[in-house]
Amino acid sequence: MEPLQPFSGRMVALPNNDIDTDQIIPARYLKVTDKNGLGEACFSDWRYNADGSPKPEFPLNKPEHKGAAVLIGGHNFGCGSSREHAPWALLGAGFQAVISTYFADIFNNNALKNGLLPIVVDEETHQQLISLAEEDPTTQITVDLASQSITLPDGRNVEFPIDGFSKYCLLNGVDQLGFLISLDADTVDYEAAHPARVMTTA
Amino acid sequence: MSNHTPKTLFEKVWESHLVKPQTAETPAVLYIDLHLVHEVTSPQAFTVLRERGLKVRRPDKTLATMDHSTPTTPRGLDGIIPVTDSQAAFQLDFLTRNCAEFGIPLYALGTENQGIVHVIGPEQGLTQPGMTIVCGDSHTSTHGAFGALAFGIGTSEVGHVLATQTLLQSQPKTMAIRVDGRLSSGVTAKDIILAIIAKIGVGGGTGYVLEYMGEAIRALSMEGRMTICNMSIEGGARAGMVAPDDTTFDYIAGRKYAPQGADWDAAVAKWRTLPSDEGATFDETIVLEADDLTPMITYGTNPGMGMKIIDRVPDPDKMGDVSQKVALDKALRYMDLQPGQSLLGKAVNVVFVGSCTNSRISDLREAAKMIEGRKVADSVRMMVVPGSQKVKAQAEREGLHEIFKAAGAEWREAGCSMCIAMNGDQLQPGEYAVSTSNRNFEGRQGKGGRTFLASPLTAVATAVNGVITDPREMYAESQALEAAT
Repeated sequence: MEPLQPFSGRMVALPNNDIDTDQIIPARYLKVTDKNGLGEACFSDWRYNADGSPKPEFPLNKPEHKGAAVLIGGHNFGCGSSREHAPWALLGAGFQAVISTYFADIFNNNALKNGLLPIVVDEETHQQLISLAEEDPTTQITVDLASQSITLPDGRNVEFPIDGFSKYCLLNGVDQLGFLISLDADTVDYEAAHPARVMTTA
Repeated sequence: MSNHTPKTLFEKVWESHLVKPQTAETPAVLYIDLHLVHEVTSPQAFTVLRERGLKVRRPDKTLATMDHSTPTTPRGLDGIIPVTDSQAAFQLDFLTRNCAEFGIPLYALGTENQGIVHVIGPEQGLTQPGMTIVCGDSHTSTHGAFGALAFGIGTSEVGHVLATQTLLQSQPKTMAIRVDGRLSSGVTAKDIILAIIAKIGVGGGTGYVLEYMGEAIRALSMEGRMTICNMSIEGGARAGMVAPDDTTFDYIAGRKYAPQGADWDAAVAKWRTLPSDEGATFDETIVLEADDLTPMITYGTNPGMGMKIIDRVPDPDKMGDVSQKVALDKALRYMDLQPGQSLLGKAVNVVFVGSCTNSRISDLREAAKMIEGRKVADSVRMMVVPGSQKVKAQAEREGLHEIFKAAGAEWREAGCSMCIAMNGDQLQPGEYAVSTSNRNFEGRQGKGGRTFLASPLTAVATAVNGVITDPREMYAESQALEAAT
């Protein structure tokens, strides 16, 4: 994975609470065997009419929001299914970060593994960002993982939490699988001390 | 006992699986005892293994099945279930090739052990107390009913477990959910969990592992406990657990992968040490009274939007929080329901009995007992989808399929079916379903479809009357009839 660099981008707000991963990427798109091409289907049922034409009123379809890099969701973004297709679809749709007051656990993990930053902010900042995105879609914010902060147009800096290990991995392009593989000796020790509970091949 | 810190069930399982404890720099490294795999969330993980030249570290702790994109339509004359969707066929074939190449046992479509991943683990005796179990599927929480720590993971993590049999995990907090007292007749495990989620909300369990306890939980069968743990994720918790007891051991005993002989005795002795110690502390405790519980139903577009079936749809204008008002408004528009409306008497198009929540033999027995001698209303399509081929075979040995068919319901092959609507079993836009599954999200059962989540009893009563029905009267009649015969 490439190291994650600071970036600036425009925002689009989808401030519904509890946006589930079935909305982010409906199940009928999960019959794929790779990660590509899911961007077009991102929020498919909210974004398109039955005939496939885009719904003009849906925020992601508005011309002024095209190319937005930051999605602002409501509370508990990404709940429901564990499908990693959700962050793949969001990345495919051009997003580099999602902002919410909190994220569902599995979505949060999946996003971090793919370099899609889940940014948690307080309610006041959340409301302010939604207003900014809706009132002036040209508004840009800067996201800097190293300092764990977003910078608003008025210069205000808002820090966000992230677990230290994920941060380290994202900033240095370290892949977590490589890290686990490097612990093989520990795993061997563990296995020696703990006989298998079940053997599926038995 | 003096220096012994009381521990919760979760803490005992967590601590006994630490390859490396959490440090300031790194999350804990947790060893995984059992990894369940299915066709939808594994393909990209196998591709990563192949690209990096990695093996599956412990194929003997891995088991694959086909469930999500599999048809539940009848077998051909050759005994094979035809897969007509070419994309699904490719995905299923890819799993077959991956399992063959990496040495993973596979329960392929239509074979005797195939079924929903969370039905087959317990059914085979693979799910045992004190284990860590993962799967690329959020309903892995089901297996927590046995006192295992079981949770859903993403595809990257599926790759981690395939390659290393370990996972990086931050330690979650613990929440005790105690259900005191005894359930009334016609009120089920499904109603308990719907009531819990209605109380804590779909995000209320985020960051927690739940432990269900109390008299009402103890009184449940293993299958009832699975129904409850299954939907832990619908409250935002990745895992839910129930302390193992004799009910647990009786269920496991004699199954294919259960320990035998002296190993069994040793295992049970060890399992008896797992329940939370007296004085163990939880970060949060929630208490419900079983006496207060009635059949539940959802009215909205997430599992937290649930109520007693006798209640009325809430009014968005009476919500204190603006974002909740907006959410409820949107949900009621999608469902085409009015504030203050009773759902009793509401016509539905489809009744679905199935899914990893309610497709086990006891669910089917209860449903069959209630529908026996009755008919599915002409206006309703009722589908009964057993959770596995073994459940299907057992039900057929007991003649349950004949009862369903005589009533006018469809008796289908095993799989996830209309719970996730990936396989062609789906609602049409605007249709209403009463479903025993776990999610009522917009479009979950088919684009534009509208889902009411409820128990199998409520599903059957609704199928018979053609409109949403409180099942208690019909259930009591069935009980009386059974007692009389």
